[in-house]
Amino acid sequence: MRVTFPHMGNLFITVKGMLQYLGVDVVVPPPSSKRTLTIGAKYGPEFACLPLKLNLGNFIEASEKGADTIVMAGGCGPCRFGYYAQIEHAILKDLGYDMKLIVLEPPQKHLSKLLAKIKELSGNSSWWHIFQSIRFGYQKAQAVDEVEMAAFRSRPRELTPGSTEKAYTKSLEMLDRADSQIALAAAKRNADELMSAVAVDNKKTVVKVGLIGEIYTLLDPFSNQYLERTLGRLGAEVDRSIYLSEWVNDHIFMGMVKGVRTRKEACEAAHPYLRHFVGGHGQESVGSAVNFARAGYDGIIQVFPFTCMPEIVAESILPEMKADYGTPVMTMIMDEHTGEAGTLTRLEAFVDLLTRKKEVKEALCK
Amino acid sequence: MKIGIPRSLLYYYYYPLWRVFFEELGAKVVLSSHSAKGILAAGLKNAVDEVCLPVKMFYGHVLDLAGKADMIFLPRIVSIEKREYICPKFLGLPDMIRCLKNLPPLIEVDINLYKNNRDFYIAIKNIGCIFTKNHLDIWRACLKALQVQKKYFKLMQMGLMPSEALALIEGRVEDKFLPDGEKLNIVLLGHPYNIYDPYISMDIINRLRSMGAVVATAEHVSEKIVRNYAARLPKKLFWTLGNRMVGAAFHYLEQPGISGMVHVAAFGCGPDSMTGGIIERYAHGSGMPFLNLTLDEHTGEAGVMTRLEAFLDMVRWRKAACGT
Repeated sequence: MRVTFPHMGNLFITVKGMLQYLGVDVVVPPPSSKRTLTIGAKYGPEFACLPLKLNLGNFIEASEKGADTIVMAGGCGPCRFGYYAQIEHAILKDLGYDMKLIVLEPPQKHLSKLLAKIKELSGNSSWWHIFQSIRFGYQKAQAVDEVEMAAFRSRPRELTPGSTEKAYTKSLEMLDRADSQIALAAAKRNADELMSAVAVDNKKTVVKVGLIGEIYTLLDPFSNQYLERTLGRLGAEVDRSIYLSEWVNDHIFMGMVKGVRTRKEACEAAHPYLRHFVGGHGQESVGSAVNFARAGYDGIIQVFPFTCMPEIVAESILPEMKADYGTPVMTMIMDEHTGEAGTLTRLEAFVDLLTRKKEVKEALCK
Repeated sequence: MKIGIPRSLLYYYYYPLWRVFFEELGAKVVLSSHSAKGILAAGLKNAVDEVCLPVKMFYGHVLDLAGKADMIFLPRIVSIEKREYICPKFLGLPDMIRCLKNLPPLIEVDINLYKNNRDFYIAIKNIGCIFTKNHLDIWRACLKALQVQKKYFKLMQMGLMPSEALALIEGRVEDKFLPDGEKLNIVLLGHPYNIYDPYISMDIINRLRSMGAVVATAEHVSEKIVRNYAARLPKKLFWTLGNRMVGAAFHYLEQPGISGMVHVAAFGCGPDSMTGGIIERYAHGSGMPFLNLTLDEHTGEAGVMTRLEAFLDMVRWRKAACGT
């Protein structure tokens, strides 16, 4: 059994670490590229959202590398993601790819089904070993998130252009290579050092931009046209509404880990505007926008794939929040078109606007 | 008190229920005007670009009710079947509409049957309490409304379109025709608020009929059959309306005498992109002629007409060829 899974930004570091800890033979799909997208767009349903198409491309490319089993998460709606695995599997079957599918569905009635699937995937490891591997994966996710956050801070302030990017890539490589708890702790220390060694200008004034939206396009740099990197280069410090480790804590550990942001907080903040969950991260998006605005962020950017239903609801409601807090919000919708110039122009204009607004505000305060 | 009901979205399913319920409680029900260019234009102006055509139309209908009604009935329909949803946009609809200005107060009640059916009666009680404190009256109105609703669904299962069933319930027409079997049987699948809204669908039902087709829809199939057929999917769909379309499609694919299948989707509709794909895959698998029509706010009818005509021609040739 050679197992593969879909890409979502740096998710592969966590999942690969977890599966290899269990001794599973893992095939990481090649990083998402234009080829991945072309394959996905060709075979996926026309109006399916971008992540489905990229998933499909990932699976086909992984199968070329010898993968024969797919691990996917499931869901119970109303977001389309819950039916991805089944649709993708049917398409792969029609195309002649004979791949086994293991879907980890959130338990509706009985936990036993999910547990049996996990046991099957892990090749009958003991539950203690499985627990250890999940913990290991979570620690990796946390370490990756910390590196990302450090990069968010230093990118707009770096003295040598490109130095953050170099340190960032190297740090992630180190974390990816760590195969035991001890190695991970060492890698984490090294990554910390590497990231803090980036020379920065601490006095530089930067605008702060909060990123909200749908989880896949938010976490996957390829699908959002390297939004965070571009914003960093343009001199904006970014923060995201979702980090992988937070998502894991919310949805898999049921919020057991204390001291981190939870979706509950975001949903409470969303209440005056959106009083019911709408699937996906729609309510969290509205709530995070409110939280960013309250925290004094200069601007907010919402990203989501074209036709994403929950985020369209959020998009319809965000103007109301904007009217109350006065924080500019821009919506960027991602699909299989890859023209970068349009995105870049919009981001430049947005950051210019925020910078100017900030200058005016500071001048008035003096 | 005048209660406004938008002639859009789930109006095509549940209007008889709410009309009888409100009238039994002594309120007057006002409907928005029929879908038309002006209504859609108002919707387009106020909704974000990304929402689908039926929701834009819904915005227009709600705005049309401003000034006509004292209150607008806008429940949050979370779920109408156990462990299923309609679509995320239905979940956020009241919040989206609340952003509009100058509207009469909204009656926002959550209708959520995700866990169990009992929650429906709680919702009914909450709505009824706006009109009367007498719980017995509410209960009586509810029973009567449910009776009428049952009749409405029954009429549809006999092959009537919602507008015809409604006319019959309200005593507006004589018993007219029931489809005769001599003609071309075409299955029309799509969300009820798309195919039954004559403006959105460009009157597809009557056009097909005038081209000599007998039109069958998913609403003509009973709930039980739909559920049985939909259970063939590897995983249950969590959209009630999508489930109905898929179940009905599987049912019709096995019926003798069906000549073709037309699937109507709204541009950018999430569930349609998945269920449409499933239906198309199965239709191709069983050799059923299949036409997929995607509709948006463009109003060019010629394109739709041409495609329908071509489709029916093709189906006729195929039938003739099989006959000889």
